[in-house]
Amino acid sequence: MGNRETEKLVPCFPPHSIFRSARIGETVKAAPKPVSNPFPIPYSRTQAMEIRPILSALMRSKVSMILIGVQVALTLAIVCNALFIIGQRLDHMARPSGMNEADTFHFGSSGFGQGFDAMAMIREDLAILRQMPGVASATTSNSVPMSQGGWSTGISLQPKQKTSTADSAIYIVDDKGLDTFGSKLVAGRDFKPEEIVDAKFGDSLRPAVIIVTQALADKLFPDGDALGKSVYLQEDPPTSTIIGIVERTQQPWMSSSTVENSTFVPAYMPYGNSSRYLVRTEPGRRDEVMKAVEQKLSESNTSRIIGSVRSMEETRAEAYSGDRAMAIILGVVIFSLLAITALGIVGMASFWVAQRTRQIGTRRALGASRKDILRYFQTENFIITTLGLIVGGVLAYALSLWMMMSYQSPRLPWYYVPIGFLCLWTLGQLAVLGPAMRASRVSPAVATRSV
Amino acid sequence: MFTYYLQLGLRSLRRNPILTALMVIGIGLGIAASMTTLTVMHLMGSDPIPWKSDKLHYVQLDNWSADDGYYDNGRPPDQVTYRDAVALMEAAKADKQAAMFKLSLPIQPENKELKPFRALGRVTYADFFGMFEPSFKYGGPWSRDQDVGHERVVVLGKEMNEKLFGGQDSSGRTVRMDDIDYTIVGVLDDWKLRSRYYDLTNGAFADPDEFFMPFSTAIDLKQRSSGNNSCWKSPGDGWDAYLDSDCVWIQMWVQLDSPTRLAEYKSFLDNYVTEQKKLGRFPRPLNNRLLDVNQWMEDQEVVSRDVQVQTGLAFAFLVVCLVNTVGLLLAKFTRKSGEIGLRRALGASRRDVFSQFLIESGVVGLSGGLLGLALTGLGLLAVRALYSEYKTVAHLDWTMTAVTIALAIVSAVLAGLYPTWRACRVQPAAQLKI
Repeated sequence: MGNRETEKLVPCFPPHSIFRSARIGETVKAAPKPVSNPFPIPYSRTQAMEIRPILSALMRSKVSMILIGVQVALTLAIVCNALFIIGQRLDHMARPSGMNEADTFHFGSSGFGQGFDAMAMIREDLAILRQMPGVASATTSNSVPMSQGGWSTGISLQPKQKTSTADSAIYIVDDKGLDTFGSKLVAGRDFKPEEIVDAKFGDSLRPAVIIVTQALADKLFPDGDALGKSVYLQEDPPTSTIIGIVERTQQPWMSSSTVENSTFVPAYMPYGNSSRYLVRTEPGRRDEVMKAVEQKLSESNTSRIIGSVRSMEETRAEAYSGDRAMAIILGVVIFSLLAITALGIVGMASFWVAQRTRQIGTRRALGASRKDILRYFQTENFIITTLGLIVGGVLAYALSLWMMMSYQSPRLPWYYVPIGFLCLWTLGQLAVLGPAMRASRVSPAVATRSV
Repeated sequence: MFTYYLQLGLRSLRRNPILTALMVIGIGLGIAASMTTLTVMHLMGSDPIPWKSDKLHYVQLDNWSADDGYYDNGRPPDQVTYRDAVALMEAAKADKQAAMFKLSLPIQPENKELKPFRALGRVTYADFFGMFEPSFKYGGPWSRDQDVGHERVVVLGKEMNEKLFGGQDSSGRTVRMDDIDYTIVGVLDDWKLRSRYYDLTNGAFADPDEFFMPFSTAIDLKQRSSGNNSCWKSPGDGWDAYLDSDCVWIQMWVQLDSPTRLAEYKSFLDNYVTEQKKLGRFPRPLNNRLLDVNQWMEDQEVVSRDVQVQTGLAFAFLVVCLVNTVGLLLAKFTRKSGEIGLRRALGASRRDVFSQFLIESGVVGLSGGLLGLALTGLGLLAVRALYSEYKTVAHLDWTMTAVTIALAIVSAVLAGLYPTWRACRVQPAAQLKI
């Protein structure tokens, strides 16, 4: 019973309901309203005149219209905010570290036992490293940019200053430090070999000379005269003199609000029995040198471990894995959302076309061209999408406001919503094109067929 | 009747395969996105030790600078100093107490075929095992006497025991770490923690600790923490100055078995800090905190903002998918007005029509749910690939599987309710009088 569904089951409506979509369960009115114009679609080519009948047809299928509108509205709100978050993450990830990341790697060494001479080990290791083929430059450093672990200290301009003037990352390097980091000096000079002192970890840091990044120099001395000035790394003297300024070297922490505030300190300072090295190789020889270094240094002294050998590229990937994951996940959400919305529009439009096949045929029989039919469905889609987009625009800003309050995220820039409008208008038009084309191919003869 | 309606439903779904596929995929994607993110969020934030999470409290004391708080919003530092940790341990006013820090040590295996390697472990007190309740495979924890005696004993994690001793009972044997032999007193069994909640400062989702050794022993050997260390003024030169400094680097937990004990401990802490103020320490106003496990996890944002935003957006996506399904079902049922009218004219009640179409939407929901469950598995696989540190929290458990299926059915029935209601209001006469 009733299992054989064909086109014939499409309900046929009295002529006055041309272009209204059927509503299930609509009670049949005893007396149909008198219809002043039995053919409400004027066959003019101007779109403006088509809008009123489209609206009246839409008002008769409010639910379907609302459903598509809600879908478009939510899609706009989510897509705008998700795109904004992705944009922020990509900007975050694009920040330069100031290093030649492609050719640089770092690794750790840790010796065993109380009798281990870490200081001698550093000198020996550096001598071996600097003689290895393919090594362009090598230094020891307590930490490297993007490694997420390091040493930070407050720098003051006065002794016993209540709050320090700026926070800075500390890189403890030797006279090859700047060369290996790839930090470009923009003022002053590099460390001299005689300025590198031996220091025990845990001793207060009071270097005679330091090199700072441009960002830190500007923060400490906004007048731009940082070179040659003295600053305090501790509460008490002695002070440290700024002998050089480098263009850029990032801190180890990517979430830092002052990510380019870094200071180079000239010293050999092992952490207990551990030390860390940074090696820059000749272009393109990084992987080969990484293997050779691990092997050679492991053999040179068996009472220690060479470990966590990482290229700067791996270090960058690890540092930004959270941002990358967020961008990918939101990208997938945006794609799925647009796909679902587009498919939803295709589905509903196909349904409307099937629903109105006879009416379309009637219109065609009465002289409407294929273009008229096509334009009818396109205009209808445009109206629904626009209504949805207006609601969606408000929703997008509301969502942004909520994220600002709950997660301290920045405000959604105004231009995301207009761009979202354009994208969803295009999406809607593309989605409706197929069903509308099918509608325009309905033969006028359909009108003459009886059920 | 149910089987008959089910047959009708299936037949009707087969008749429009594309529309059906669209609805099933829509629900499946929506469910998968929301369940993937919800699972991660649920497992990240779930209570790691429900039977006593309200008894374990994290001690925070505000020893920071008078001029500058540790946090801008006035929260006390996340860790305590060595001298405060030791003073609280010696006072022993809680039911159980354990100060701890993270330590990385080189391990030198007896078996010369194994190369020496670095391992991350925990330096703590005997009470740790009674408080956080890991189960032992072999042996047991060290005793409080061994804490006092600075003994060179160690408890190994299961994996470390596998690596060094092939998983055999190694209690009583020794392991060489940083050129010193430690006697193994116990080996832990599998200790699967979703988050390492007892040390959130050094990463809630870091790898599990591979060994445990007494606090007093590590301090004897001048082992510095491998975890976070923060100072507001220079600690001065040397090890003793460091121990005496106001640098914070130790996590301090206490177990307080009743609210009365909690109140007593709170006033003990206040007295302690007031006494210390007389010695010229603690320049800031009294600001001690004793958060329990769940409060501490919330304070430290174990469930990251990213995961919360992802979950929110995923549920909004599910709403879009549902709205989509409502539209498609409505379209589908509308096209069946004739069939409905016929059935009604032949004597089917509204109730019959209602259940017939509800079953049809239920079938869509169930298929969508199953697809969603499969896609959730894939989604969690992707999360594990994207966030290497989330491997402990990106897994489906039975609860979440049940929630997924329930969510799918509820969603589909909700989505089907309105179209079904519309369908059963079809007037038989309207459809048949052509």
